[in-house]
Amino acid sequence: MSSNPNTGTPLVELRDISIAFGGVKAVDHVTIDLYPGEVVGLLGHNGAGKSTLIKCLSGAYQMDSGEIFINGSKAEIRNTRDARKYNVETIYQTLALADNLDAASNLFLGRELVTPLGFVDEPAMEAETRSIMGRLNPNFQKFKEPVSALSGGQRQSVAIARAVYFNAKILIMDEPTAALGPHETQMVAELIEELKAQGLGIFLIEHDIHNVMRLCDRAMVMKNGQKVGTVNVGEVTDEDILGMIIMGKKPPQAY
Amino acid sequence: MAEQAEKSAPQTTGSGSGKSMLGQLELDMRLMGMVGAFILIALAFNLFTDGRFVTPRNIFNLTVQTVSVAIMATGMVFVIVTRHIDLSVGAVLAIASAMGAMMQARWLPQLVGLDYGNPMIAPMAIVTCLAVGTLIGAFNGWLIGYQGIPAFIVTLGGLLIWRYVGWYVTDGQTIAPLDKSYLVLGGAEGTLGVTLSWGVGILASLAVIYALYNARKSRKSHGFPTKPLWAEFTVGGVIIAAILGYIATLNAYDIPKGKLRRLFEARGEVLPDGYTEAYGLPISVIVLIIVAVAMTMLAKKTRLGKYIFATGGNPDAAELSGINTKLLTVKIFALMGFLCGLSAVIASARLASHANDIGTLDELRVIAAAVIGGTALSGGIGTIHGAILGALIMQSLQSGMAMVGVDAPLQNIVVGSVLVFAVWIDIQYRKRLGIKV
Repeated sequence: MSSNPNTGTPLVELRDISIAFGGVKAVDHVTIDLYPGEVVGLLGHNGAGKSTLIKCLSGAYQMDSGEIFINGSKAEIRNTRDARKYNVETIYQTLALADNLDAASNLFLGRELVTPLGFVDEPAMEAETRSIMGRLNPNFQKFKEPVSALSGGQRQSVAIARAVYFNAKILIMDEPTAALGPHETQMVAELIEELKAQGLGIFLIEHDIHNVMRLCDRAMVMKNGQKVGTVNVGEVTDEDILGMIIMGKKPPQAY
Repeated sequence: MAEQAEKSAPQTTGSGSGKSMLGQLELDMRLMGMVGAFILIALAFNLFTDGRFVTPRNIFNLTVQTVSVAIMATGMVFVIVTRHIDLSVGAVLAIASAMGAMMQARWLPQLVGLDYGNPMIAPMAIVTCLAVGTLIGAFNGWLIGYQGIPAFIVTLGGLLIWRYVGWYVTDGQTIAPLDKSYLVLGGAEGTLGVTLSWGVGILASLAVIYALYNARKSRKSHGFPTKPLWAEFTVGGVIIAAILGYIATLNAYDIPKGKLRRLFEARGEVLPDGYTEAYGLPISVIVLIIVAVAMTMLAKKTRLGKYIFATGGNPDAAELSGINTKLLTVKIFALMGFLCGLSAVIASARLASHANDIGTLDELRVIAAAVIGGTALSGGIGTIHGAILGALIMQSLQSGMAMVGVDAPLQNIVVGSVLVFAVWIDIQYRKRLGIKV
């Protein structure tokens, strides 16, 4: 039996979270924590409750019971604006982009830069967008077009830019590589390494077991809304993790 | 990194070289298409009416008749952009007009005791119209946003409800006469005259130059690509020529002799021989211009506008970005109601009375204007100037056919066909450009 290798105050602690939809327990008393500079994978079948759990942290859902602690103190997250106040940023599986707007408008959606008169400062937003996209995806050039005109990878980089730009401390990535080609997947992997080095904590929802083994420090497996167990990725094989996901079998290293 | 950007950027906007002259102007091709269609319609009617369509008199009448629908169409853009619809605008116009008319012709004089002609009457009547429209709009928005009733149902109900609430308010009577200073907002009764009209035209031209200059300066200061100078001058020149040409046209429409004589008699003077005076710019058109500028600023330059378009493009994304989409719905419908109230003032002032059938079928004209103007019913796309141009095209068709002597039933058939045809063209256009929406 192993244990959590991290010590000190966790960046995030989700304690005993439960949420039900019309009698179905989507998340059933799940507890997980996340430390700075760490990537924690959230694994499980479709419908296991990973996305629902994480939406309680991002403010999209409100949990029925449980507590969230951020940097050791209790956090009240009632909506997505609250979550952003705690520097929790989310890259949704659907990317949550407004297809009819350009990259800058999407990047700053809900947090527009304004001039002293209170008008939206488009040039400033475009300049900031150009600068951050220059770092994330130097090939990105379609600043004036609606994001519906972009490729999957380009759209992904807009969604990532939105999460990273606002000094995220806690990043939630819901299957960031699901729709991407090998080259773009590599880009996302490098970005995750870089953000980790900067001290961000990342929750990564991921189906591809190879990506989990490669990117995650720890992994928590869920099944039918319940937590199967948490493992230190370095101490287990991919077979062990698959066993947890498919059969709900807890290997001896899990805690 | 900059070099890398250069190499892989065949589609960079406005880099100048390698683009056709037309491309360098960076025109909105859909808008150009609509302007072209409008000019074609005008020229065709002019041909069939032996040159009576493109005359100062008809252009004056056309714009005055368009104002009320055009004002509401700007609000309908926001409603449709957020994937809603408002079928109640004609009925809300009717109740607002009824309340405003009762206020000035009955309640203020009879209950409050203000004399006819009291300077407070017109402002209070106007505030009544605007308040009634805004409140009903906000109530609709609350039912739609917070109670989750589809906009189609809420406003279909409103279409039946509000006109007949207005009927009870007025006992089904036509309310007249309306206050003298109120009538000034109707069109022909309130115009600026030659000198002031030129003044407004020149101010508007200066504003265009300032806006173009500012936009260019701000792009330059951030190091973004800009259009070549000649393109800026061409665009600015065409806009200014259109503004001044319009003013010149209105200034060429003389007030009829009989009316001038009455105006002079009212002042206790005699009309001098050979004296002429032109109408110039109607106040109602100035109201429309102010609404158009304000709504365009709202759409493009404010957070509210950004949220409206983001919500239309992807409601879930807007919600996840922390936008309160329920409250947004209330705001949009309240704004729509406010504009209905404003249109009620202008429509009843133009007709110099309130009748229960005021604004009948306006919901269809307003929706058609917005849709012809390029507003997509699937949401997320639409422009204010497009909707106003759409209203103008609808009104041109209607009055042009009336002038040619087309039967009323056929007029409706043509207008209906044009609506469907315009949307079909739009779909083809988007397909060709590969726009998914």
